[in-house]
Amino acid sequence: MKVESIVEHITIKIDGEDVQVPKGINVIEAVKMAGKGKVVPHYCYHPKLSIAGNCRMCMVEMGMPMRDRATGEAILEEDGSPKIGWMPKPTIGCATDVAPGMHIRTDSEMVKESRNGVTEFLLINHPLDCPICDQAGECRLQEFSAEHGRGYSRFIEDKNVKPKRTRLGPRVMLDDERCILCSRCVRFTQEVADEDVLGFVDRGTYSTLTCYPGKELAHNYSLNTVDICPVGALTSTDFRFKMRVWFLKRTPSICTESSVGANTEIWSREGKIYRITPRRNDAVNDTWMTDSGRALYKAVESDDRLTHYTIEGVHKTSDEVAAAAVEMLKAGDAVVVGSVHSSLEEQFYYGMIAQRCSAKPMLVSHYGEGDGLLLSEDRSPNLRGALVTGLIDALPTADLEPLARSVEAGSVKTIFAVNEDLTELGLSKELLAKVQVIYVGTHANATSEVANLVIPSLMVFEKDGTFINQNFLVQRFKAAVPGPRGIQPDFTVLEKICAPLAQEKPAPVTIDAVWERMAATFDILPEDARWRTLPEAGLALDGTAFQELQFVETKNLKYDPAKAEVPQAEPAGV
Amino acid sequence: MALQQTRLIFKHIDEPGYTNDIDCYMQHGGYEQLKRAVTMKPEDICADVLTSGVRGRGGAGFPAGMKWKFLDRKSGKPIYLVCNADESEPGTFKDRQIIHKDPHQLIEGMICSAFAIQAKLAFIYIRGEFFEGYRILERAIEEAREKNFLGDNILGSGYSCDIIVHRGAGAYICGEETGLIESLEGFRANPRIKPPYFPAALGAYQCPTIVNNVETLCNVKHVIDMGGEAFSKIGTPGNTGTRIWCVSGHVQKPGYYEFACSELTLGQLIYDVCGGLKPGRQLKAVIPGGSSSKILRADERFTGKLKDGSEFDWGIEDIPMDFDSLMAVGSMSGSGGVIVMDDTTDMVEALANINYFYAHESCGQCTPCREGVPWMRKVTQRMVDGEAREEDAELLKSIADQIAGRTICAFGEAASWPVQSFIAKFKDEFVEKAREQAARRKEGKEAALETTLI
Repeated sequence: MKVESIVEHITIKIDGEDVQVPKGINVIEAVKMAGKGKVVPHYCYHPKLSIAGNCRMCMVEMGMPMRDRATGEAILEEDGSPKIGWMPKPTIGCATDVAPGMHIRTDSEMVKESRNGVTEFLLINHPLDCPICDQAGECRLQEFSAEHGRGYSRFIEDKNVKPKRTRLGPRVMLDDERCILCSRCVRFTQEVADEDVLGFVDRGTYSTLTCYPGKELAHNYSLNTVDICPVGALTSTDFRFKMRVWFLKRTPSICTESSVGANTEIWSREGKIYRITPRRNDAVNDTWMTDSGRALYKAVESDDRLTHYTIEGVHKTSDEVAAAAVEMLKAGDAVVVGSVHSSLEEQFYYGMIAQRCSAKPMLVSHYGEGDGLLLSEDRSPNLRGALVTGLIDALPTADLEPLARSVEAGSVKTIFAVNEDLTELGLSKELLAKVQVIYVGTHANATSEVANLVIPSLMVFEKDGTFINQNFLVQRFKAAVPGPRGIQPDFTVLEKICAPLAQEKPAPVTIDAVWERMAATFDILPEDARWRTLPEAGLALDGTAFQELQFVETKNLKYDPAKAEVPQAEPAGV
Repeated sequence: MALQQTRLIFKHIDEPGYTNDIDCYMQHGGYEQLKRAVTMKPEDICADVLTSGVRGRGGAGFPAGMKWKFLDRKSGKPIYLVCNADESEPGTFKDRQIIHKDPHQLIEGMICSAFAIQAKLAFIYIRGEFFEGYRILERAIEEAREKNFLGDNILGSGYSCDIIVHRGAGAYICGEETGLIESLEGFRANPRIKPPYFPAALGAYQCPTIVNNVETLCNVKHVIDMGGEAFSKIGTPGNTGTRIWCVSGHVQKPGYYEFACSELTLGQLIYDVCGGLKPGRQLKAVIPGGSSSKILRADERFTGKLKDGSEFDWGIEDIPMDFDSLMAVGSMSGSGGVIVMDDTTDMVEALANINYFYAHESCGQCTPCREGVPWMRKVTQRMVDGEAREEDAELLKSIADQIAGRTICAFGEAASWPVQSFIAKFKDEFVEKAREQAARRKEGKEAALETTLI
């Protein structure tokens, strides 16, 4: 489904070699794309922010073929090759867009010498406290100093003294001495977060990053400044001093906060999550995510996790609970209350279960206020998944009043509820006492307390699966940490319930086996689509079949309800 | 005084009885050129300015007519004219005289220029410290407005333009044209990256903008008066018009002196015009174009080829005072601030003084200038304070080499040229400084001599 965007390509020469690059990109991107492993080091340049050109690290030599001023004809060298007019000074790669015939030198003496110079300058007033700095291991300054630094200092003067622990906001701390004044954070708050709170005060070498008087960096995107800070100046109050980054395992995941489905990376060690950072996906979240989305992992270690399969409060095995659930469902008059938080694979199973026991599937909406950026009105990651898997064909409802009336009337015997606290949706505990309740969920709540059967479920960080976001982009997430001991992946347990309902023998299932069945069942999914082979940047589905539905999302970073067009997945890079 | 000045811009300045009000200015033939200009075709004035060859008097010496030609007129955006009155190069004090003593000349020159480039609005960005100058300009503009020399429908020509005076807050970098524009827009005066922000295309408020020095704009009035052809006859080809030399330092009569380009040599300026050095002193060095230009050593021989191919072999006193000759000897005429130093000058202290200034004035935006220039200041300060090392000269040069040509704006060059040239020409003194101090320390004396450094 990936659509190749039509971009005009031009030929430039990088260090003497002809390469093809898209028109309109700058030299840093061109070298990254076509330079065969070469990189142009840079600090202030960020692909999603405006060009500042202030770090002076990305300097390259640039030349264009010379032309005769009078005739406009190319001037040739003696050997017939075009004569190149090299600029006498190095130019910054970030502000230089490629042009046909452009020549770039990324490793000439002049380039090396200017990069070394900038590195020396950045280090003279830098505290060089890498051993106690949280950024160590992912610090641009540290990396480039290894390559461009001289290894000793010619600076015998006193270093500048600046504030070491400035609280910029509830989640961000600033060490001004480490700051290299690249202005990435300033530009981010102005251009992306659209809340102008950061700026420099004082002049020259005394320039200091600070919040405007009476303001603080408190908006829901403040931690992105920590991500883009190339040095250890901005640190997260949540993560700082907790763990060295090189010990952490990185697992690609998807943010479950809203239907935006921001691509994330889970940083974990020995089964414990330490932080969540955004992963670049230009079709979804660029390189950003919300602060609130980063805090979601804390629920993993919550005390009220459901950790045992139980029947009437007694610990049982998953097989026993599944068998009991099958009995209840077979008795008829069942209702399945699915969840917009479940993965695509789980929703597929809930749909099948509902179908096999002729239960009416229901879904409850989780809406909130959107911020027009990366937090959409739909606070669930997989509403589109429920539509794609046919679990529902209309938008979910706000509560379960009709179900409550049916229970009152005695026409419902069993409620199979997933992740929803029914007591908050119109079904009081007294009402629930009239029926049998099978509850599947991650955390304990009033419903799990009264449920006859409890099937603990895994959180997004603990399992493999997929979500479909607001743009009908199928996105994959992987298990970063193991779930509570003894808890099986949801679809394994669901298979044990689903198969017997159709007089089948439960088969051991893998996620790709589920995908094989889904791909065969739903036309909207490509027939050969498998979880393992889903593109890193997501698989775009054609959502036109659902365009009649009044989705609640309003315009945000990558979504425009006015233009119901399919996003084109682009290769993700960093 | 053996040499007679050629006073064009300063024609009436310091004339007894000449005041800075509009009546006096008009009695002396003021605003006649404006009356003529508004009847001319704007493009003819532009062509005249190009023919006149008048070069920018702010420092870079770029031909003004050429600058005007670069204006992006196709964008359809309004065009702005900005007068750079942020005169802040140490050693320069000419614009201040014009503003204080003949403000209407500037206003007339500006309206002529604004008409020529068809500017929608003109600004005078005046240095914050020139408070008196600001008041004088405000009054002068009010007077001119009353007489309809600016405002709506100037002299019935159908062209309307006004001048807004904007005061800076005291920063050298506001003299850099893109920094000036940022400051004018109300931001920190961080110079913009070029490309893409060339003022002629994306200047004030992202509109095409021309930024000219006070003296340059005054020259436009005289170009209209004489015609471009006649103006270009003053001086030599490529170095047309007059220059106001602001002489300071160890001369008997420091001050401002206006001469046609190439009309006199540096020796004549120092000895004939300024009355020579103090008795018993020898000339040691001259900084010919404001503190950022490269220093010239008195006992140097300057040889090479001029632009026209002719060879030259000059001593310091033979250097003709114009743009190209000073360029040819490895320095520049810059803003015309001639700083004369006699043999009592301690070159390390002199450089420490200059470095102090540039370190203080760096805007702090880009790395080489922000970190490198204060480093150079710290080194020279340490040398003066008695901790000089023999290797410091090499270190200073190496730091300066890492700054020049690597920065967003020309400040990098402005700050590193003095260091590069001081070390190139007076390295022996820097090394000697360290040896002297070591010797004094050995004798148990205080290593540093008393200095007059700030």
